[in-house]
Amino acid sequence: MKLKVKNFNVKINNKDILNNININFKKNSIHALIGPSGCGKSTFLKSINRMNDLIDKFTFDGNIFLDDKNIYDIDEVSLRKKVGMVFQKATPFPKSIFENVAYGLRIHGIKDKKFINKKVKESLKASALWDEVKDKLNSSALNLSGGQQQRLCIARTIAVNPDVILMDEPCSALDPISTFKIEDLIQKLKRKYTIVLVTHNMQQAKRVSDFTSFFLNGHVIESGKTNQIFLNPKKEKTESYISGRFG
Amino acid sequence: MNEAIVEKGLFLLSIFSILIFLLIIIFIILESFPAFQHIGISNILFGINWAPDNGFYGILPMILGSIIVTVFALLIAIPLSIGCAIYIEEFSQNHIKTLFKPIIQTLAGIPSIVYGFFGLMVLVPISRDFFGGSGFTILVASMVLAIMILPTIISLSQDAINSVPSEYVESSLALGSTHIQTIKNIILPKASLKITTAIILAMGRAIGETLAIIMVAGNVAEIPTSILSPVRTLTSNIALEMGYAIDIHYNSLFATAVVLFSIIMVLMIISNVIEHKWGC
Repeated sequence: MKLKVKNFNVKINNKDILNNININFKKNSIHALIGPSGCGKSTFLKSINRMNDLIDKFTFDGNIFLDDKNIYDIDEVSLRKKVGMVFQKATPFPKSIFENVAYGLRIHGIKDKKFINKKVKESLKASALWDEVKDKLNSSALNLSGGQQQRLCIARTIAVNPDVILMDEPCSALDPISTFKIEDLIQKLKRKYTIVLVTHNMQQAKRVSDFTSFFLNGHVIESGKTNQIFLNPKKEKTESYISGRFG
Repeated sequence: MNEAIVEKGLFLLSIFSILIFLLIIIFIILESFPAFQHIGISNILFGINWAPDNGFYGILPMILGSIIVTVFALLIAIPLSIGCAIYIEEFSQNHIKTLFKPIIQTLAGIPSIVYGFFGLMVLVPISRDFFGGSGFTILVASMVLAIMILPTIISLSQDAINSVPSEYVESSLALGSTHIQTIKNIILPKASLKITTAIILAMGRAIGETLAIIMVAGNVAEIPTSILSPVRTLTSNIALEMGYAIDIHYNSLFATAVVLFSIIMVLMIISNVIEHKWGC
């Protein structure tokens, strides 16, 4: 197991956001987190790379282990290097395409130009963007389309060699064709990375993921293989959610 | 019907204020005209002697004086205020933030005579003890001016830092960059245009400041030779002599005013161009 979450609780401003979460994430798999808005799945995702530490009045108890090491025993910079994140809104920096991908390498102190060039190319290839941008690496990333920007953000994330990639509804602002490209990409990425995917779109979860956890009101109602969750849910709430009766 | 009246009324009011402004400008230009005509534009702008009794009306020493004092004030104020803005926005706890805000606002609201008085009573004697001479120096004038423009740069830089989208900051942190790296590589570059306009605004304020400068600058109308020389600025030149100037002397003070507001105009245009061209 790449990631293990044990009895994890989160309070923000003394309000319960997550209650007693227990999930295991298998290496080189895609694990989807589904559930209605406000169910806590994004907060959970941001707990894994400690982005929630930035929030005032965030408290938690329980443990998250990355390769059997408690994430609070790893300093946050190294943790975030190992656990990359792709956000809901594509957020390329106002820099060139090249510099966006090189950013992570540069901040980690890499100066070797050859290495950076090689890594940028690899990452853009791995994120299926290389053919579209190879002739304009120095133009601003802000001129790319929404789907391209999101793939650029994925390239930027994998450039620093993470083990785990957290994705927070990466397709929610994209058209169907861009969505298809990203889904395709996510499935290729699992060969190298462990992917945790928060999604609103149940069809997406069904299409791309190997495992699914269903969140409701801060609890994990059901967790299991995606096929089982969608075809043969054990809990009534899961069944009514995936059949579209609420949420 | 009613709406039309309100609209026309507001139109008249806005036209009125613009009109007053235009009238003042026209008046100043007309009053300065005889000076430019009799003495010559280049003799005024590039003349290094200012001796109205002997018919010398060169304001180059004052132009240089204004520029030098402003530049030194900026050199002192920029690092202090940007550092302060970064600290408040990025590092301070909430209660410190709420403490700083009113203090900086008050700093901006203190009348310039108070700063001038402080400079005269505290900084001038210190300069005299340390460096000799009269103590009325460019150094002291720049320090007083720097204190006066601090709040402008601080609060506008704070706005600039605040307006950097949090997505950029989060993305940078999520890539494993430290807080300092994020400030240096993401926040400051993104905020730099707004910070630049803040500095230009502060420059406008610095060049226009009069009272506090008169009190500490020594006001000698000569081209300064060192940072410890006394200095006279464009504004001081007008303020010091307007009480008794007549004829061409009087007109030449208006010529000083024309030069002054041309400088400020240019600064405002630059800041507008920056703001619109690069859309920040």
